[in-house]
Amino acid sequence: MLARRLLLSDRGGMIVLALLLLMTILVPVLNLMVPPESPWHVSTYLVTLLGKFLTYALLALAVDLIWGYAGILSLGHGAFFALGGYAMGMYLMRQIGTRGVYGHPELPDFMVFLNWDSLPWYWWGFDMFWFAMLMVVLVPGLLALVFGWLAFRSRVTGVYFAIITQALTFALMLAFFRNEMGFGGNNGLTDFKDILGFSIQARETRVGLFVASAIALILGYLACRYIVTSRFGRVVVAIRDAENRVRFSGYRVESYKLWLFVFSAMLAGIAGALYVPQVGIINPGEFSPLSSIELVVWVATGGRGTLYGAVTGAFVVNYAKTWFTTAYPELWLFALGALFVLVTLLLPRGLVGLIRRRRREEDDS
Amino acid sequence: MSTEQSGEVRTEADRLEDLAHRPPAFSPALDTGHGTILYLEDVTVTFDGFRALNGLSLYIDDGELRCIIGPNGAGKTTMMDVITGRTRPDSGTVFFGQRIDLLRQREHEIAQEGIGRKFQKPTVFEELSVFENLELAMAADKRPWVTLFARLTAAQRERIHEVLTLIRLTDQRRRLAGALSHGQKQWLEIGMLLMQNPRLLLVDEPVAGMTGEETERTAELLVSLAGAHSVVVVEHDMAFVRSIARRVTVLHQGAVLAEGSMDQIQRDRRVIEVYLGD
Repeated sequence: MLARRLLLSDRGGMIVLALLLLMTILVPVLNLMVPPESPWHVSTYLVTLLGKFLTYALLALAVDLIWGYAGILSLGHGAFFALGGYAMGMYLMRQIGTRGVYGHPELPDFMVFLNWDSLPWYWWGFDMFWFAMLMVVLVPGLLALVFGWLAFRSRVTGVYFAIITQALTFALMLAFFRNEMGFGGNNGLTDFKDILGFSIQARETRVGLFVASAIALILGYLACRYIVTSRFGRVVVAIRDAENRVRFSGYRVESYKLWLFVFSAMLAGIAGALYVPQVGIINPGEFSPLSSIELVVWVATGGRGTLYGAVTGAFVVNYAKTWFTTAYPELWLFALGALFVLVTLLLPRGLVGLIRRRRREEDDS
Repeated sequence: MSTEQSGEVRTEADRLEDLAHRPPAFSPALDTGHGTILYLEDVTVTFDGFRALNGLSLYIDDGELRCIIGPNGAGKTTMMDVITGRTRPDSGTVFFGQRIDLLRQREHEIAQEGIGRKFQKPTVFEELSVFENLELAMAADKRPWVTLFARLTAAQRERIHEVLTLIRLTDQRRRLAGALSHGQKQWLEIGMLLMQNPRLLLVDEPVAGMTGEETERTAELLVSLAGAHSVVVVEHDMAFVRSIARRVTVLHQGAVLAEGSMDQIQRDRRVIEVYLGD
């Protein structure tokens, strides 16, 4: 019954999930079992690259959930991603121990450099993995709760909401740039050594992180499917289309928006936490307003309001970005801009809309 | 063909009867001990200096069917906005029964206490199916944590099918509401009100854009709802008002101009002046 609701009724989602599962099995096998000289070998570089894309896809999923279904355009979702990333980064910093340049048993290098003599209170507990993981979801969730409560209660919607979310992520970026904040300032957190006792550079750890990201994406996808196929999800779509009607039907619209926003922020936080150990660094650049806008482009390109469209978009756009920035680095921003214009004008339902429309025409005939 | 049709009409009338006499869903705090369900007293609403409502006082009896007419800008829609919590008046009191002060409640609370509203422009959830529209309107626990795990019971499913039959959309139940014709959307919205099953229904221009036959059926439905429910209808179509109204209130410039039976109203000099111009 549940499988039918989550999977079978959603053909595009089934295809994307099947591809994801195939990738989750195939990529580790081709990396670990196949010798490097074989043409079938998948390099560790590619494993990490795909792992990074998986976390982007999870982030895109979070955006699609609120933008595609509830019609709330957040241009600040990068902030929740970055906060999750920082929480993971703090754990990884604490794992360095005495292996830092200054060899301080407790303080990260940048704190020694700033002549701090003890760990600030908000770093306490991050040496424990479970605590850090809790913070990965709690910190973005709490920020979304407070921010969303203020915004939705005052009935801030549409463009105004989008603008204040930009301001939110911009303000956080400026704050995290400051050295006194205690998050490594400009340089952010980097030089990680190991995670749960495994060396972060080891091939096996990389594959492990890739698999963890894939599992997180699949579970995140199923959770989102559960939400959008529940009555809660139908209320959310109804809010997008006729907010006042929903109110006069007896639903507290603000609560629905708020909890969906909080859940979405938590998903973004998880994505950020998986991203950081794979790329090996988190810095305030992740808070930049531009990256939040870019991720909205992924969702728009893939097609919003379908969930699997967001996953597709994240992969397609980021693959294109990787290709462009190696082949024609100076052209990437133009390509991104052109993509956004073209998708908005020609493909309002995104890439997956193209396929869905063709299929519908076949069904009709 | 004709025998089949008459058979269908009979069963539909039975269904209508059942639906209309189903006990409405409303708050236990509602107290209509004095026979009045809605009190508006001296309500004034100003928009940028314009008095949309100007000391309006209006009382609706429990179980009554009341029609409200008036020229454009008389304050009919503003009045509905005040009752449903969308607009806060500058002064005055609005009570639902003896005890529920509507001015201290928010829209969703007012809806849960048993006031339903149909908009002038048919407002349905276009991207959801007809069935889902009715499901969402249904009287049920509407808190987010409950709807996340809610499942339709057999009884609820049956009720939705009853209403589908009544609004003649059974064959269309899987279609997106946005794909319906204007008249069908009107009926869907009425169906949603039936699912919500409120104690007091506020209905804004229900027959706009309906065919003669649809108008007739709407009139029949509204009349049968009165009694177990109280119904307030705002309408421009005088023939329609005449066909359903027992009591009519005429609004003019944000206040009550006249009140009485349709015949009394039509003889009233002031009403004639307002409608025919001075």
